[in-house]
Amino acid sequence: MYNNNVIETRNINFYYGDFKALTDVTMPFQRNRVTALIGPSGCGKSTLLRLLNRMNDLILGTRVEGEIIFDGQNIYAPDIDPVDVRRRIGMVFQKPNPFPKSIYNNITYGPRLSGTKSKADLETLVEHSLRQASLWDEVKDILHQSAMMLSGGQQQRLCIARALAMKPEVLLMDEPTSALDPISTAKIEELIDELKKEYTIIIVTHNMQQAARISDFTGFFYIGKLIEYNLTEKLFTTPAVNQTEDYITGRFG
Amino acid sequence: MKWRYFKQNLFFLTVRLSALTIAAAIGGFLVYIVVNGIGAVSWEFLTEHPRDSMTKGGIMPAILGTLYLTAGAIIIALPLGVASAIYLSEYAKEGRVIRIIRVGVNCLAGVPSIVFGLFGLGLFVVFLQFGSCILSGALTLGILILPTIIGASEEALKGVPQTFQEASLGLGVSKWQTILRIVLPNALPGILTGSILGIGRAAGETAPIMFTAAAFFTAKLPASIFDEVMALPYHVYVLATAGTHIEETRPLQYGTVLVLVALVLGIDLIAIIIRSYMRKNKGW
Repeated sequence: MYNNNVIETRNINFYYGDFKALTDVTMPFQRNRVTALIGPSGCGKSTLLRLLNRMNDLILGTRVEGEIIFDGQNIYAPDIDPVDVRRRIGMVFQKPNPFPKSIYNNITYGPRLSGTKSKADLETLVEHSLRQASLWDEVKDILHQSAMMLSGGQQQRLCIARALAMKPEVLLMDEPTSALDPISTAKIEELIDELKKEYTIIIVTHNMQQAARISDFTGFFYIGKLIEYNLTEKLFTTPAVNQTEDYITGRFG
Repeated sequence: MKWRYFKQNLFFLTVRLSALTIAAAIGGFLVYIVVNGIGAVSWEFLTEHPRDSMTKGGIMPAILGTLYLTAGAIIIALPLGVASAIYLSEYAKEGRVIRIIRVGVNCLAGVPSIVFGLFGLGLFVVFLQFGSCILSGALTLGILILPTIIGASEEALKGVPQTFQEASLGLGVSKWQTILRIVLPNALPGILTGSILGIGRAAGETAPIMFTAAAFFTAKLPASIFDEVMALPYHVYVLATAGTHIEETRPLQYGTVLVLVALVLGIDLIAIIIRSYMRKNKGW
């Protein structure tokens, strides 16, 4: 099997207070590949995704055991600044969440605060990021209007562009199309295919066809455990575990 | 069937009447003040010093004094209140300490204003030896309006969608920068509402400034924050209770009240305009 890990989780246990949300999850994520996390609601897939850039730090009363190795370092080691982790591992959320600012300022918000000051650099960055998110042609003339007036699909692509402007190595996507119509969904799926040339993408999805269409690897989760991990093609055609088969054939979930 | 509609109509009538009563009370109050006060108000009244044992002349020093005291109170209470609200809503972990602070803030809101006056007298005027002056008065009023500002700011901060903060933090922006650039700007309209209420209260209170800042009469305008000032609410109080010509100065009392009400409503109006302008631009 292709082996070029960017991130690897090692024996991850995760607790919300007394509730154990993840049990002993060990899982690799390959560079320049799309890895999909699937499973029924509450199986822990989003929790795992949010652990990868320490977004769960923000929730009070949570606890992590185990290690997540990114670029040779455990991102949960005490000397690691979660802010640095989040700069290198970007995130796109379930509901499009642009800031109530102009399109331009949405993109430049992060880079400005991490030290990109020159106007020319920022302008280049805005165009580049929007092109990468295939939104440039639609918004190039309205860059200084509020992002709130874009459609849901455009807003989500703006959020992708905003994340890309930080030049992350990995892009986490938490059900990025669940709030979108089929046409916007198709656009985002195309985009993901394009983006994996430069980025490592990890996507949580409820939609199994989507996972099958766009991912190279898939992990199937059930009640906080990684049940099966394999090449997407193999997992969907010849699953090794019965639970996986039951889920992908729609017998539960 | 008919009985049910009758009950429904009766209920609607009751709630409608309640609302109308309040509107009528406010309207009646304003009309009463305007009718009785408008005769006294003139350009001279607004721009001149009082004369002849305050039975003639204007109330300019009291207007200025109230503006100074109110501005001072806001300058003191706004940063302190907003900072406390940020701590309470964004940084503090829920627990006993926070509960005690919250109870404290709520208690502070319920303390009678004369108690603030005595507290100000004890702490600022006597102990810190500021004397009776603008600084002491502004500090006392500042503490008085602090709970209003903390309460409104905390609500406003909590009202900013969590998704904005997640988006910002997810970009690798620090928590402090997120609060400064995303949370605070979006909470500003709400914070402003709290400040409006605070301004109104600070401008209108008499008891807190009675011992800490307000003068019966000053011949000169204050030269620094360590001078006493005249103030509109205290001026009304003095004319109505302690003057030598109480009946004679009745029109002046109404005139002063009218100016005070107009001043407070004017400040409110400016803040409301700013707020609605900011709301229009926020888009969520």
